[in-house]
Amino acid sequence: MADVTLKGVTKIFGDKRAVDSLDLSIADGEFVVLLGPTGAGKTTTLRLIAGLEKPDAGSISIAGRDMAGLSPAGRDVAFVFQQYSLYPHLTVYENLAFPLRSPARRMDGATVDARVRQVARMVRIDHKLENRATRLSGGEMQRVAIGRALVRRPAIYLMDEPLSSLDAKLRGELRLELKRIQKELGSTLLYVTHDQIEAMTMADRIGILAEGRLAQIGTPKEIYTNPANLHVAARLGQPHINLLPPELLPGAPVPAGTRTIGARTEHLEIARSGAGNAEVDWIEHLGDQNHLHIRVGGHKLITLADADLPVSPGERISLTLKNPLYFGQDGRRLAG
Amino acid sequence: MSSANAAHSVVEPSTASKRVAATLVILYAMITLVPLAWIFLTSIKSPPDSISYPPKLVFTPSLEGYCNLFTTRSRQTPEYIAALPPAEGVCDAVSRERNMVIVGPSNFLPRFANSLIIAFGSTFLAVLLGTLAAYGFSRFRVPLADDLLFFILSTRMMPPIAVAIPIYLMYRQLGLSDTAIGMMLLYTAVNVSLAVWLLKGFIDEIPREYEEAAMIDGYTRLQAFRKVVLPQATTGIAATAIFCLIFAWNEYAFAALLTSGSAQTAPPFIPTIIGEGGQDWPAVAAGTTIFLVPILVFTVLLRKQLLRGITFGAVRK
Repeated sequence: MADVTLKGVTKIFGDKRAVDSLDLSIADGEFVVLLGPTGAGKTTTLRLIAGLEKPDAGSISIAGRDMAGLSPAGRDVAFVFQQYSLYPHLTVYENLAFPLRSPARRMDGATVDARVRQVARMVRIDHKLENRATRLSGGEMQRVAIGRALVRRPAIYLMDEPLSSLDAKLRGELRLELKRIQKELGSTLLYVTHDQIEAMTMADRIGILAEGRLAQIGTPKEIYTNPANLHVAARLGQPHINLLPPELLPGAPVPAGTRTIGARTEHLEIARSGAGNAEVDWIEHLGDQNHLHIRVGGHKLITLADADLPVSPGERISLTLKNPLYFGQDGRRLAG
Repeated sequence: MSSANAAHSVVEPSTASKRVAATLVILYAMITLVPLAWIFLTSIKSPPDSISYPPKLVFTPSLEGYCNLFTTRSRQTPEYIAALPPAEGVCDAVSRERNMVIVGPSNFLPRFANSLIIAFGSTFLAVLLGTLAAYGFSRFRVPLADDLLFFILSTRMMPPIAVAIPIYLMYRQLGLSDTAIGMMLLYTAVNVSLAVWLLKGFIDEIPREYEEAAMIDGYTRLQAFRKVVLPQATTGIAATAIFCLIFAWNEYAFAALLTSGSAQTAPPFIPTIIGEGGQDWPAVAAGTTIFLVPILVFTVLLRKQLLRGITFGAVRK
């Protein structure tokens, strides 16, 4: 395990700056999640660290050693691909043993066997070791793919949306397992996803990527409660944060220069009132909670409400802001 | 949907339509097998039976064709033959009935061996070079890749007759005419274009992620190619090998023009058998029958890969 540092790393494809002077440092044993939409440069960042792409500018160092010019095999990283990662002509066992049998780090048979079996138990695939890799369910394949990374003790694990092709239930389970395993091994892990729940639940720190740049990096709590700008605020929160013009809703005095107010569920206070400033448009029942679609003077808001809040569509309510997020002209956050 | 409709689902053809399909396939197979059957039947006829009209479907089988294929004989007077010690073996006896004695082996075996060496050797070389070139075109940014690929293909556009004379002159200068190496190089050159094009399609279908995963797992690119790409390309390689072998095995024009003696292959040799003693069609047919065997064995051995390969990688998801 080791720390990883990126300094001013840039990668250009054609005329697109896929990664744009990215600075990132990952501490030893840290679980960092890069969160961003498709095309934000997440995968490219991983591939640059792994040595599958050459940066056009900047430097990457692992454990203090500059990686420039080093082949992927020489970098001591493990990679979990989004898909296609299992060798289809090999069994599960052979897939797991493949990295350990490589010429770069040849081990004796007994050590390989012990490692493979230990990791197979860890990712709960030990009952299917002799199966062909193609004869597995999606979840099993992903567990093997993660296992194939875990058999090694590399400087850093790089994972590219390893759970995105799975169904929701399995994703939830594997999320927990992955976090448990990472804690158990104390590994350094850089994880890429566009799923905010994965980011929030697993990360020690979340880095928000936008157009190849790191918009903000911090603990999940910091990123959520203290976003640096509109873009970061919009990445997190379910339902999506409501972006409103100032003066639309009553609340504390708005700081000077505010252009947009960001209001999540916890920033909105609802009171039943016949003479209220808002109207309930529609209610979506989620079970334990409801999605409340609200209309305020031409603007639409979505918020969560208790299932037993006694409102119905068409009813007037009064809506008040409670410590919302203020953003200035350039999208930057203003102190409230 | 009624239960009657459910029985005729889209994915599972009905028994009746399967039977019709099977009948058609069997009929077609029989039609295509008629010439082969005719060749085999001719090979076990006696020379008079082989040219009788109308053709005989019922006849006494004879090994004369095979005997004549493998031996050279000389005509003797009946008195000379009567004075000989008793015949040794079938061929001796058959020859004597025609007032002939066997004087030695024919050139068929060495020619057949030439065919084997040249066809399998050139197939091996073409597939080897083709696989490496196709991998390069598939994975690396080769400058002018499209033009190069077209150029490679264009080598196949000229009919052999058109290039045979320049090649003949070149080969004479280089000392390659009528040599097995020369023929092997020539067939390799012709087949490489086919091999590159076929194999590029197969290798394009193999996702790069496999090699990238292997390279991160501690393998060099060449090792990743061997451990990950090659095993997955076996289908394509087998199919390509069969196509190359069929071409090199059957090739007639170059062989007829560029070889005459020590490097002659079976295709130009077989027709010459007919001149050695009248219209010896059974010997020609026997040569053709034996000539068909290697390609048949090779194709049967690789038929699983070939069948999957014919779909050009479409079976991969």
